[in-house]
Amino acid sequence: MFLARVVGDVVATIKHPALAQRKLLVVQPLTGDGQPTGRPAIAIDSVDAGVGDHVLVLDEGNGAAQVLQRPRGPIRTVVVGVVDEVDRA
Amino acid sequence: MHFALVTGTVVCTAKVPSWRGHRLLLMQPTDPHGVPQGKSLVAVDLVSAAQGQRVFYVRGREAANALPDPDNPADAAIVGIVDDVRAPGAPGAGGGSV
Repeated sequence: MFLARVVGDVVATIKHPALAQRKLLVVQPLTGDGQPTGRPAIAIDSVDAGVGDHVLVLDEGNGAAQVLQRPRGPIRTVVVGVVDEVDRA
Repeated sequence: MHFALVTGTVVCTAKVPSWRGHRLLLMQPTDPHGVPQGKSLVAVDLVSAAQGQRVFYVRGREAANALPDPDNPADAAIVGIVDDVRAPGAPGAGGGSV
């Protein structure tokens, strides 16, 4: 899992049937310090996250299927939490 | 999943039988604004994408799962065509779509 910031969402009329009715969010991965790092990804929303939210993102297919309560499909990246706070030692 | 731009079609007469009936497209990964990022790759097309279209693709084991029979060796699959990316405050977006 990684921490990220939701920076947008994607509108896609034509998509794989497994993605039908799913909200697609653009997430920018963050370093531990909260700085943007690497390439933004597209994640399926499971927690009603929105633009500007600090989120926890899962990037693994089996876990994604469990979270979305569906058989294994072409989905691996899912927003699984909205981060309230990160306490760092 | 990641953004990409379709840059070409790959035609293979001889290919893995489990990919029969699916097209292979060459694509250039991009950021959400369409700026190229990283190396080109070939992906199995599930959405009848065309050259020049902005798409998104899934990598890894989940790419094979995108085909009707998941018992195939795909490591990248195009699973959607981008109509619009709405990113408030994005560079050049004027606070709206990119």
